[in-house]
Amino acid sequence: MKKSLFQEFFKGFWEILPPFRLVLGLCPTLAVTTLAENGLGMGIATTFVLFFSNILIASLKSVIPKKVRIAAFVIIIATFVVVVELVMKAYFFPISQKLGLFIPLIVVNCIILGRAEAFASKNSVLRSAADGLGVGLGFTMSLVLISSIRELLGQGTIFGFGVMWSGFEPFGFMAQAPGAFVSLGMILALINLVPKKL
Amino acid sequence: MIKEYLKMIIVLTLIATVCGFLLSAVKTFTFERIEEQILVNVKGPALKNVLNQATNNPINDRLEIELDGISHTVFIGKKDDRLYAIAFESTGAGFGGDIGVMIGIDIRKSTLSGIGILTHQETPGLGSRISETSFTDKFKGRSVNDNFKVKKDEGAIDAISGATNSSRGVCLATEKGVVLYSKLKAEILKKIKKRSNKK
Repeated sequence: MKKSLFQEFFKGFWEILPPFRLVLGLCPTLAVTTLAENGLGMGIATTFVLFFSNILIASLKSVIPKKVRIAAFVIIIATFVVVVELVMKAYFFPISQKLGLFIPLIVVNCIILGRAEAFASKNSVLRSAADGLGVGLGFTMSLVLISSIRELLGQGTIFGFGVMWSGFEPFGFMAQAPGAFVSLGMILALINLVPKKL
Repeated sequence: MIKEYLKMIIVLTLIATVCGFLLSAVKTFTFERIEEQILVNVKGPALKNVLNQATNNPINDRLEIELDGISHTVFIGKKDDRLYAIAFESTGAGFGGDIGVMIGIDIRKSTLSGIGILTHQETPGLGSRISETSFTDKFKGRSVNDNFKVKKDEGAIDAISGATNSSRGVCLATEKGVVLYSKLKAEILKKIKKRSNKK
């Protein structure tokens, strides 16, 4: 049974929610989620690349020869990543400084190449756009969730606003790399308790 | 067979060409904005530090001065509408690469009004301490004719312990800076005079 456009969009929020269902794109998930703001910025940048690369790859799928498809996909993805990098530097400089190297590294984010190969190269432009937007926003949601938890416990704030009681002692461990692994693992375990198909 | 290969080559070349054009268009479109953002966000804080008595905005009052074919950006600091100091960039080789230093010079007293570290790739926790004010303040108020070398090299600057090479890099940049200043001084004063006459 073929899914409706709406279902293609919403599967990114639960059924194949990255990085918990599709266990891909773990590098940015672990590296930039120290502050909720960084998680949101990274998520939006990835969504932009995913959405446009999915559209372009779906519209070119009949032209691109099978044997060089990966090379063609990577060129297209890399182009959009550089566009995002330049635009972020020009208009959102402070956040692009914080994310630093991880913006160019979106090129090697497996979610994007994964969706290109598994979905956009086999489906229509409209469906690929819905898929890209859904998966991208799902990824943004997950990054904001992890980074909010880490920022809350590690620094007692969310998006820079102090929300904890005044005597709260920040749990510094959560702001460091091991905190990322622990929070990712916990959320992964919790989400796996709930069945994929609701 | 040959047709298949040809198709591969043509398609990949076409995609790469189109992407290249797109990128150069975006680059041209954002170039000025990015330069401006770097000025405000990277050089702005350093300028505020080295020209701390300025009552104007040194980013708006900047000059481009050419020397031996290289263009230098000079930031002008004014106190009560009168020129008191200038600032410009200089670089020196540190431990992990070039260190970019903003050098402020008080023109009336011929002393350093301060230095600020712009970019560096020194070891975090060791060499990176060059950007702390406890180190950069060692340069503040020194005459431009001072011996800007670390004490190990018979100079006047106390190096950060464990980060001699990084400290040397900053000293080198400062030395280069004061040499540049002596070459540029006349030109800068002439340009500033011309500009204030225009007003």
